[in-house]
Amino acid sequence: MNTATQTTLPESTWRTLFAELRPALRLFLVLSLITGLIYPMLITGIAQGIFAHEANGSLILRDGKAVGSALIGQPFSDAKYLWGRPSATAPQPYNALASSGSNLGPLNPALADAVKARIDTLRTAQPAQLGPVPQELVTASASGLDPHVSPQAALWQLDRIARARSIPASQVRAIMDKYTELPTLGLFGETRVNVLQVNLALDELK
Amino acid sequence: MNNSAVVQVGLYLLVLLVLAWPLGRYLADLFEGHLAERCPRLAASADRFYRLCGVRTEQDMSWWRYALAIVVFNAIGVVVVYALQRLQTWLPLNPAGMAAVEPGSAFNTAISFVTNTNWQGYSGEATMSHLTQMAALTVQNFLSAATGLAVAIALIRGFVRRSAAGIGNAWVDLTRATLGVLLPLSVVFALFLVAQGVVQNFDAPREVTLVQPVTYSQPKLGTNGQPIKDAAGQTVTESVTATTQALPMGPVASQEAIKMIGTNGGGFFNANSAHPFENPTPLTNFFQMLAIFMIPAALCFTFGHMAGDIRQGIAILGAMTLIFLVMVAIAIWAEGQANPLLTVLGMDGSGGNLEGKEVRFGSLQSALFAVITTAASCGAVNAMHDSFMPLGGLVPMWLIQLGEVVFGGVGSGFYGMLVYAIEAVFLAGLMIGRTPEYLGKKIESYEMKMVSIAILATPLLILAGTAIAVLVPAGLSSMANPGAHGFSEVLYAFSSAANNNGSAFAGLSANTPFYNTLLALAMWFGRFTVIIPVLAIAGRLAAKPRLAVTSGTLPTHGPLFVVLLIGTVVLVGALTYLPALALGPIVEHLQLIH
Repeated sequence: MNTATQTTLPESTWRTLFAELRPALRLFLVLSLITGLIYPMLITGIAQGIFAHEANGSLILRDGKAVGSALIGQPFSDAKYLWGRPSATAPQPYNALASSGSNLGPLNPALADAVKARIDTLRTAQPAQLGPVPQELVTASASGLDPHVSPQAALWQLDRIARARSIPASQVRAIMDKYTELPTLGLFGETRVNVLQVNLALDELK
Repeated sequence: MNNSAVVQVGLYLLVLLVLAWPLGRYLADLFEGHLAERCPRLAASADRFYRLCGVRTEQDMSWWRYALAIVVFNAIGVVVVYALQRLQTWLPLNPAGMAAVEPGSAFNTAISFVTNTNWQGYSGEATMSHLTQMAALTVQNFLSAATGLAVAIALIRGFVRRSAAGIGNAWVDLTRATLGVLLPLSVVFALFLVAQGVVQNFDAPREVTLVQPVTYSQPKLGTNGQPIKDAAGQTVTESVTATTQALPMGPVASQEAIKMIGTNGGGFFNANSAHPFENPTPLTNFFQMLAIFMIPAALCFTFGHMAGDIRQGIAILGAMTLIFLVMVAIAIWAEGQANPLLTVLGMDGSGGNLEGKEVRFGSLQSALFAVITTAASCGAVNAMHDSFMPLGGLVPMWLIQLGEVVFGGVGSGFYGMLVYAIEAVFLAGLMIGRTPEYLGKKIESYEMKMVSIAILATPLLILAGTAIAVLVPAGLSSMANPGAHGFSEVLYAFSSAANNNGSAFAGLSANTPFYNTLLALAMWFGRFTVIIPVLAIAGRLAAKPRLAVTSGTLPTHGPLFVVLLIGTVVLVGALTYLPALALGPIVEHLQLIH
């Protein structure tokens, strides 16, 4: 094996290093300019031209004022609103500058304690509901900004919202249906209700 | 798996193969120079480009020169990424006014992005300026993937060339990988992502009015900026009401595209691909999963084309796919069960385990994503692995520990799998008493020494690193969860770092001097103690003549070899890691069912 090692190592390491340093530095600089400046600027230019709404955060405007993003959830705890996922962001829930999950392990007692407290809160808010509590309403999302709950979790809150607003349940139901998104191609992802959009629509009923 | 899961995984693999087949052909043409031969105008502009950069394209590098070039190029990357983070507060494109990144974290992040790991001790939206995200991190998303691709192509050349002195030109390979493959794919994918709602601008965070203001308590700060403590030493809290929400902005889509295509995995935001601004819809989720496996799958076909026998590539792809399917089945099943400790409290468990998951993905797409991102060296996450059920978390961890050879990272997965293939023919050679050979190249003691280094280096880093971390207070104090799960967090961290994955059991507080230093070392040596032996193998094989196939040659394209290869991967992985896994996820699972 030594003969072959010698044939593959004829060059001095330092001389090779210096010889290759020049192309290394130049290539690094040029590729950095292309991928680090030109490419993101090109994408931004095209995006702002064709997909300006999406590229700027899918904002929802009311009277010219941004009241949220269709993609980012907000915290709700008032009985008249549809409630979304618990959020583990700090210091306040749904802090979009600190996206995070709880990272609690499945056997961590803190997880069971948190879920128990959330179940108690929901039971107090809607004592008439005796069945199991929908899971999304008591487990924290991955981003802490999840904008959705399942249709089951939304319907579970239907009576409470209708009573708090003194409107017929069918009216609330129609709004929930309107903001329900289906799985892509009927296959990928889950059926889901956009919590913020439902609540904005509920507030507009008056 | 239920029907829907079978259809979704089946469709995923189908679309993957449809995309990977032409891409594999294209990669072979690109790296063999056929593309330039066919299109003279392209060749002329490429020549101008190389002259500008001072690259002598005619130079065929020895493996040693090739390796040196790769290491120098990556070392420059570390210096630049570090410098940009430290200086960002004085540089432009910093609308949120981010401060300079703390040295330990900047060092860790520099190594992390250069080695294609993209482990993140920091939180993107609270740390990095737009300029750092683009000129430091996005650039390394490209260049680290190009490095992997170049090394994989060099290894294939080692098998294909006969009695040759060199294995190609590193500068040409890096350029072709970046500008010929990664950039065009990223442009298309980035625009698709924007259309779906991934943000792309250079703005400061956008304030929006909350529909319902939220009241919360936070530590009260004194005039010196430190939390005030009362007489008993408890932190004094104050009640605050937030009426607005600040939405983070930035050039996200452009980074998100190459983050997936280059199997990098470093999120623009802390929540990574679980963040609605990175991965807004199930459709983006599907294409992000495809983007992770696309180049790794294509490389199997590239290998077949360059070796002149497509069956050789299909055998490798077959072995990868079979391991993948078994892992997917276990993960989807494990996450499809709700946590029994929570259902007894009165929680409905029909959706599977949803702690740390997003509703739009559900447990199925989250489990599938987790398997794909850890089979590859991507490490992007659309759900928090730390909150997976014990067996659901075991699958990603073990896939990482296998060396990410099941599709694997861009380039690195393929050369990692070929290292195992050499090991497999060596084992077969021992069993049948013949000198092992692969693709007509005799496998001798030098190659086997290099294979041993490549296979044993990462387990050494992982197990030694974990052992150190669980013995010292600085390692133990970062654990977020008690008991076996805390150990799993540490084991996962070192597995992820040394194999350049980058995902985490993210409860671990890794942004500490201890973990920043130790994990940075694991990432650097985990990357280059594989790359350098692989290039040595390539150089040595290229120098050998090609032997004729005889009746005594072990065919490396049939089902027998596929089984042998799977057996080698699984055996090495199981023997190395089972004791450690028994202390983490396995004991946790036993506690759960007890």
